[in-house]
Amino acid sequence: MSTKLLLKNDHVANINKLEVYKQHGGYASAEKAIKTMTSDTLVDEVKKSGLRGRGGAGFPTGMKWSFLAKPAGVPRYLVCNADESEPGTFKDRYLMERHPHLLIEGMICSSFALGANTGFIYIRGEYFYIVPILEKAIEEAKAAGYLGNNILGTDYNLELHVQVGGGAYICGEETALLESLEGKRGNPRMKPPFPAVAGLYGCPTVVNNVETIAAVVPIVAMGGDEYAKIGVGKSTGTKLISASGHINKPGVYEIELGKVSVEEFINSEEYCGGVWKGRKLKAVVAGGSSVPILPTNLILQTADGNPRMMSYESLGEGGFISGTMMGSGGFIVMDETVNIAENLYTFNRFYHHESCGQCSPCREGTGWMEKLTHSIISGHGKPSDIDLLWDLQTKIDGKTICPLGEAAAWPVASAVRHFRADFEKLIH
Amino acid sequence: MEVKFDEAALKTANKIISRYPEGKKKSALLPLLHLAQAEFDGWLDVPVMDYIATLLAIKPIEVYEVASFYSMFNLKPVGKCVIEVCHTSSCWLRGAEEIIQHLENKLHIKAGETTADGKFTIKRVECLGSCGTAPMFQVGAQYYENLTTEKVDTIIEDLDKSGKRTTYFDEVSLTAHK
Repeated sequence: MSTKLLLKNDHVANINKLEVYKQHGGYASAEKAIKTMTSDTLVDEVKKSGLRGRGGAGFPTGMKWSFLAKPAGVPRYLVCNADESEPGTFKDRYLMERHPHLLIEGMICSSFALGANTGFIYIRGEYFYIVPILEKAIEEAKAAGYLGNNILGTDYNLELHVQVGGGAYICGEETALLESLEGKRGNPRMKPPFPAVAGLYGCPTVVNNVETIAAVVPIVAMGGDEYAKIGVGKSTGTKLISASGHINKPGVYEIELGKVSVEEFINSEEYCGGVWKGRKLKAVVAGGSSVPILPTNLILQTADGNPRMMSYESLGEGGFISGTMMGSGGFIVMDETVNIAENLYTFNRFYHHESCGQCSPCREGTGWMEKLTHSIISGHGKPSDIDLLWDLQTKIDGKTICPLGEAAAWPVASAVRHFRADFEKLIH
Repeated sequence: MEVKFDEAALKTANKIISRYPEGKKKSALLPLLHLAQAEFDGWLDVPVMDYIATLLAIKPIEVYEVASFYSMFNLKPVGKCVIEVCHTSSCWLRGAEEIIQHLENKLHIKAGETTADGKFTIKRVECLGSCGTAPMFQVGAQYYENLTTEKVDTIIEDLDKSGKRTTYFDEVSLTAHK
């Protein structure tokens, strides 16, 4: 059995209610943090834990927190990124819907560490039905003295608000999210300045993913050193994996990082339960639509022949030649009947739709890649189109303000690199 | 006709505006556009957007540029029920195109169109974060998951019978909207 931290109470009925959440140890971390720790010791614990951002980038959370500027008299903000929109990813939705208090408690601990007195949860508009769940949890926490003024009899004050987005993948990029929260189009900002210096309303701001903030709760409870013992190497702790596609048991699974092999994850009854309909595995997108797609041989084993494990390092082994990334943990499985060029078309259409339009390489390039792939899968492609696709993605990668350019380029590059035959099959 | 929130909606609007620091009420724009869309027939006509601009003391262009950026805001009239079908990878892998085809045949319209009686609009949308329960569509705030063509038939019948306009604000409400 693997270690469960975030979903350890998943089987408990009514865990979304404060009373039940408290009966299972809830809000002990908030009390511990506010009553016995200081901002600095809390940031240190998170640094020691080795926690890395769970939204996709995997940046060390403690380090991100330590960059926060603290000019006197200027408010600081914690913004929770609940804009989960990376195709294949639905773990934040699961967490917020079923464990809203875990997020609220994480927000309390994290805000206290940052010295923030106002926090926003920016949730994608399509998740509108989760808004009342979160607002109810906030209301309950406030009534119980965990939010509001003089929390638990101390001089610490915190207000939390839920903000709904309007349907835009780009708002998952932290500076686009801040623009949106200020009531503007979600156009990413040029960096520097980074949000840690000039974020929401020009004030120092930390933006963290839902799962990252939730993970602060067990870190406070057990201490950073203990948390760092879970997992392997620099992949500490647990990670929520959203499993979808051609498997018998799609769903959200919590794994201990580095302890489960990709093969076990796909085939074990504890997780995906095998490829559906008794078919063979063809390909996996292991970390959300943006990360390189890998064929069966490379996703199950590294180029050196070692079993590939579910960790940042193992999934990344081999770079983009033979490896991929952990990303958001959006794990999409494809069986032998899928033509990868056809699946790529859905990604290209997605990125074209979601490009904010600021940078020409992304705005024009994503549209061009969509058209080309469409032409190929409709039987109108030319042999030279495959190389043109390859060439196009190299003209986008690294040439845009925000990472949406890379996110759009990598699926194309990896599909052409590993599945060229699928394109050729469609070109007469 | 003058465009104006009724008393209850105005109360909600003011409560939303009060969340933000002094001088930052433009932050309320997206939530207010959702509210306005729910209050004014499911779409944002120019006078509606102008009204929101007045409420937030910003220029109308600041509202138009935002409303046209985000895919959840309708700038043209839509049917009472907008069926938003996800067609991205995970849903596509598990039969989203069959679901869209079935809807199109059933309602005698193409995706992007509205039925002649104004009851239904079919809209293709990008990933709704329901990949583990694919295929799926959203109508208002409600997610309909693990769809089959039989399930779709029942859902459409129920929606047809209810005859209600579904919006994101409709089924559920912000705490402020009581």
